[in-house]
Amino acid sequence: MAIRKLLVANRGEIAVRIIKAAKSLGIATVQVHSEADTEMLAVKLADEAVCIGPSSAAQSYLSIPAILKAARDTGADAVHPGYGFLSENPAFARAVAEAGLRFVGPDAATIERMGDKVAARAAAMAAGVPVVPGSEGRVEDSAQALAAARAVGFPVLIKAAAGGGGRGIRIAENEAELAQLAPQARQEAEAAFGDGGLYIEKVIVNPRHIEVQVLGDGTDAVHCYERECSLQRRRQKVWEEAGAFGLDASTREALCASAVKLARAVGYSGAGTVEYLYDDASGDFYFIEMNTRIQVEHPVTEMVTGIDLVAEMIRIAGGASLSLTQDVISVEGHAIEVRINAEDPLRQFMPFPGKLTSMGIPEGEGIRFDHFLYEGYQIPPFYDSLLGKLIVHAPTRAAAIDKMANALSTLELGGLKTTIPLHRALAASPDLREGRVHTQWLEPWLAAGNLTAPA
Amino acid sequence: MSDIQSPLPGTFYHAPSPESEPFKKPGDPVAETDTIGLVEVMKTFIDVKAEVSGTFDGYVAANAEPIQAGDVLARVR
Repeated sequence: MAIRKLLVANRGEIAVRIIKAAKSLGIATVQVHSEADTEMLAVKLADEAVCIGPSSAAQSYLSIPAILKAARDTGADAVHPGYGFLSENPAFARAVAEAGLRFVGPDAATIERMGDKVAARAAAMAAGVPVVPGSEGRVEDSAQALAAARAVGFPVLIKAAAGGGGRGIRIAENEAELAQLAPQARQEAEAAFGDGGLYIEKVIVNPRHIEVQVLGDGTDAVHCYERECSLQRRRQKVWEEAGAFGLDASTREALCASAVKLARAVGYSGAGTVEYLYDDASGDFYFIEMNTRIQVEHPVTEMVTGIDLVAEMIRIAGGASLSLTQDVISVEGHAIEVRINAEDPLRQFMPFPGKLTSMGIPEGEGIRFDHFLYEGYQIPPFYDSLLGKLIVHAPTRAAAIDKMANALSTLELGGLKTTIPLHRALAASPDLREGRVHTQWLEPWLAAGNLTAPA
Repeated sequence: MSDIQSPLPGTFYHAPSPESEPFKKPGDPVAETDTIGLVEVMKTFIDVKAEVSGTFDGYVAANAEPIQAGDVLARVR
């Protein structure tokens, strides 16, 4: 049965994006919000809005009972979790299903399996997807950690088995560091996730981050090609592209095929992303994790493939089969997205929750700005700093960088400090243009004063 | 008596973590560079420095509650 009324259990730009997709499908929308978000754009755009709690996310956007009550009260028949918040919380997916509602995403068991790094890695290995050499399953103490590290070779990453979003990750260069860091990581994982299990992984030096978009309907799965997300600061993506630069056709084919194999093997339903580290020197790629939700950077894939990923995942949640077969999915040109955050890049990225006094948005063919802003909007200080995403599409990568530089020169968000100056400097960087970048490139580039030096 | 004001809007915390003791208790000595609380703004925690010295009088803003920039967080005498 198709979805008739969709509750959006998120906020900010992705809530706006979901409402637009729902409207395009003729589906009514319910936007839940905190007391601090009564003025946000998604509340104004939705057919109905329900306040579900105070400003603190723990009491609003993370409150499963409050969200389910809003769904019941409004007669919604489906819930879209967006990204972040409860989007990868299996208890939420299960509670939604048990309440008789559709969850726009895979089922709770799949979220649980792919959210556990060790289980996800085992699933990838079983599907024949290459993984970073690492410990055989969880390590529970320092002796096991040392044995695993010796087997794969230093340096090694120490990660929480239950972790996510880069939290709790440490690098040990040698045995002495491992002996010191493993107990700390264990303690932190226990405190943060209630699970002190760790795992150990070989460090790939200066890897690139490449990920593959997949869509599945529980029976079949397809890929929508790859994205390059190597520009990161504090493990947060900053600048994203579709596709990855400089990949030869056979590597791209093998990478994308491996993501589909994994999605099929787990009976994936909805939109998902399979993330890899890519070693430029060897041309090898390694599975790192699968995200079981829509991602912030999904628009670059939409630009190059013409597929509406958010609408497709809603259709699938409503019980439809995939509307696309692999042979009709192709890539045209190159797309770039930059994240516009309310942070001052000239002051160590200090958050800046100000009031937007004026707004100038670049427009034109191949330019898109996904956001939740309007003139006079007071940005609340309680949530993350993402204001919007500027996306461009052009025939080639070089033309896309030029187009981004041009679009950024006319993007104006008055009254706020934002990351626009960072992106203007990046668009002018010869290293970025020539593809001499990897996940360890941006932070040293910032530390070297490339942002503050006169152009 | 001196007011310590919040430099930013956000959520004010009296202690470095939910399990910890507050940074200051009434009667504690305060130096200018002492941290008296944290403001969480957009998932980032900013130290609030006393910027005055004296004796801690008490918190004015409640723990884990929203505050505006310029709100009085605590007093020092």
